[in-house]
Amino acid sequence: MAVLKVTFTKTKRDKLAQVLWILNWISVVTGVILLSLGLFLKVELNKRQELMADRDIQYVPNMLISVGLIACAINFLGGKICYDCVDTAKFLRWKLIMLPYIVCTFFFTFCVLVGALMCYTMHWELDESLKEGLTQAMRFYKDTDTPGRCFLKRAVDKLQIEFQCCGNKAYKDWFKIQWISNRYLDMSHREVVDRLRSNVEGKYLMDGVPFSCCNINSPRPCIQQQITNNSAHFSYDHHTEALNLWTRGCHQALLDYYTGIMHSIGLTVLITWLFELSVLTGVRYLQTSLENVLRHGDPNSESDGWLLENSFIETARTNLNIIKTLSKNNHVDTANNGDPNINIPSTVKAHYGPDNVPPQQIPVAS
Amino acid sequence: MAVCKVTFSKAEREKLAEILCLLNWVSVVTGAALFWVGLFLKVEIQKWQEVMSDQGVLHVPHMLIATGLAACCINFLGGKICLDCADPNKFLRWKLVMMPYVACTFFFTFCVLVGALLCYSVGGQLQESLFLGLRHAMRHYKDTDTPGRCYLKKTLDLLQIQFQCCGNTGYRDWFQVQWISNRYLDMSSSSVLERLRSNVEGKYLLDGVPFSCCSTFSPRPCIQHQVSNSSAHFNYDARSQQQNLWEGGCRQALLDHYTGIMQSMGVAVLLIWLFELLVLTGVRFLQTAMENVLLLGDPDSESVGWILENSLAETARSNVKIIKSLGKCYQVDDDPNLNVSTEPGGG
Repeated sequence: MAVLKVTFTKTKRDKLAQVLWILNWISVVTGVILLSLGLFLKVELNKRQELMADRDIQYVPNMLISVGLIACAINFLGGKICYDCVDTAKFLRWKLIMLPYIVCTFFFTFCVLVGALMCYTMHWELDESLKEGLTQAMRFYKDTDTPGRCFLKRAVDKLQIEFQCCGNKAYKDWFKIQWISNRYLDMSHREVVDRLRSNVEGKYLMDGVPFSCCNINSPRPCIQQQITNNSAHFSYDHHTEALNLWTRGCHQALLDYYTGIMHSIGLTVLITWLFELSVLTGVRYLQTSLENVLRHGDPNSESDGWLLENSFIETARTNLNIIKTLSKNNHVDTANNGDPNINIPSTVKAHYGPDNVPPQQIPVAS
Repeated sequence: MAVCKVTFSKAEREKLAEILCLLNWVSVVTGAALFWVGLFLKVEIQKWQEVMSDQGVLHVPHMLIATGLAACCINFLGGKICLDCADPNKFLRWKLVMMPYVACTFFFTFCVLVGALLCYSVGGQLQESLFLGLRHAMRHYKDTDTPGRCYLKKTLDLLQIQFQCCGNTGYRDWFQVQWISNRYLDMSSSSVLERLRSNVEGKYLLDGVPFSCCSTFSPRPCIQHQVSNSSAHFNYDARSQQQNLWEGGCRQALLDHYTGIMQSMGVAVLLIWLFELLVLTGVRFLQTAMENVLLLGDPDSESVGWILENSLAETARSNVKIIKSLGKCYQVDDDPNLNVSTEPGGG
C-alpha cells in the first residue's frame, strides 16, 4: 500500500520535470540567501565580540553558512537531474544516483530545520554571554593602558552611543565600579584619598557616569557627575529628570537587537525549509514515476508515483532488516572458534571413474 | 558637404535599429538610476539641512531628478521609434516626429552634461552655507525651549558624534558661544554673576564644550570643562589634548562628506551623458538613413546617413535664417488695410 500514490501521464511527468527544474534553480538562489544571512549574522556577532564572554554562539552562523553552501550544491545537481528527466533515455544516466540523492536531500532538509530552530534557541546562550561580557567590559573600562583590554573603553563608549543605552541593566551600574583609572586621580588631593579609604576594596567609586551615557534628547547640558545630588546642580531633581541620561540598559538593548535579527533569519530559514521540502517531494514523485515507466517499458504510458512504496511501518522494517544484514555480513561467524574451515560439508562433486557416469540406482524391490 | 557621412545597406540599417532599440531600453534603466541618484542626494542634504543656512544646494538633486525622469520618457519613446524603424513602412508613422525628437534629445543630453558639471561646482556655495548654518546652530544650541530652534541642540550633538567633529572650525568655537541656557545657571551664585558681568554682552562664556565633542578614542574619561586649564585636571596637558576631544571642525567634515558623494555622482552622471550621446548619434544616423531611403524610393537599397546635411557653419546659418523669418512672420506690418491701391471702381 503505497503512501500518497499519484498517477502521472507523460505530459504531466514532463511538466513536473520542467517545474522542478525551475524550482531547483530558485532553491539555488535561496541557498545563496541562506549563505548571506549566515555571513551577515557572523559579521554582526564579530563586530561586538569584545562585549561577549566566551560562549559557543558562533555555531549558529557557521551552521547557516554550511547549510547555504550545501543547498546551492544539492539544488544545482537537482536542477541538472530534473532537466534530464524529461527524456526517459537521459534518465537512465541518473537512475542509480537518484535514490541516494533523495536520501541526502532528505537529511539536508532536516539540517535546514535544525538550523532554523537553532536561531530561536540561541537567545539563552546570548543572554548569558552578554551579561558576563558587559560586566567584564565595564570593569576594565579604565584599563586603557593594559594590552588586551585597552580597546574596551572605546567599545563600551561606542556601544552606549550607538544603542542609546547606559550600563548593564541601568546607569546605576556605573556607580558600583571604578571607571576612572588611578593614573588620572590626584593622590595628593584629600578628597580623592578620603573616597578611596571609605571604600572597602579601595576603589574610587562615585555617582558619575561616562560621557557616552548622555542623552542627546536632553534640553539641558549633560549632567554626568554627582547625578544623585540634587543640590549640586541648579534646578535639578534626579528623580524626575528622565532625559538626562539613557535609561535603557545595554544588556537589554543588545539582546533585543540580536533577537530581532535572529527571529527574522529564523523565519526566512523556516520558509526556505518548507520550500526545500516541497522540491524534495516533487523530485521523489518524479523519480518513482520515471522508474515505473522504465519498468513498464513504454515511455509514453501512464505511471504511478509515490512517496513510499509500502506503508511507513513496512518501509522502516525493511530498512532495519537491510541494516541488520549489512552488519551481519561484516560479522565473522565465531561459532567454531572462528575457523571457517571446520564443519563445512564438501561441495565438490564425486568423480565416478573415467567416463564420469554416476552408478545406476538399484530399484528397491517392493 | 555632409558631416560624418556613412553608407548603410538594408541589413546594416536593420541591425542599427535593433541595437538602438536595445540601447534605448538600457538608457531607460540609466535614466532611472539618475533619478535615484538625485533622490539619494536630496535625502542626504535634507538630513543636515538644519545646519545649512540656505537650501540653494538643493538645485543639484532637483536637476538630477528632473533629468532622470526626462531620460526615462525620452528613451522609452526612442525605444519604440527604433523598434519601428527597421521597417520603412512603419517609419512613415514617425517621420514627422523624428526631427523634433532628435532636437529634444540633443537639448536633454546637454542638460545631463550641465547636471554633471553642477555636481562639481557646488563646493564654494556649500562651504558658505555650512559656515553660516553651523554658526547659527551653535548660537541657538541652548534655546531648547524656543519653538523653531528646540531641535538644534539634538541636531548638533548628533552631527558632532556622527562626523567626529567639534564646533565650526575647531573646539575653540564653543568658547565664544553661550551654550548653557540661563535657565540652568544659578543666578544666586557669585561665580556665575562674576562671569556674566565680565563679558561685554552679558553672555556666560566658559572654556568648556558639550559632551558630544568628547572623543571615543581618549584613554581617559572626557574632560569637557576647563579644557584650556592644565592645572584643573590631574596629569593633563591642555596644549597636546591627547585625543580628548574631536580635533576637526564640523564644517570641513560635512564638506568632505558631501563633496565625496557629489564627486562619485558626477562621474556616474558623466558616464550616463556619454552613453546618451552615443544613443543620440545612432538615432540621428538611423533617422537620416531612413529618410534618404524614402527619398530614393527603394526600401532595399543602400542609403547614406549623416549627422548634419551641410557643414556646421552652413547649418547654423540656415537655422538662424529660419528663426529670423519666423520672427518676421509674427511682426504685423502696420495696418494691412492702409495704402492698398484700389482699382478705380464704378461709382
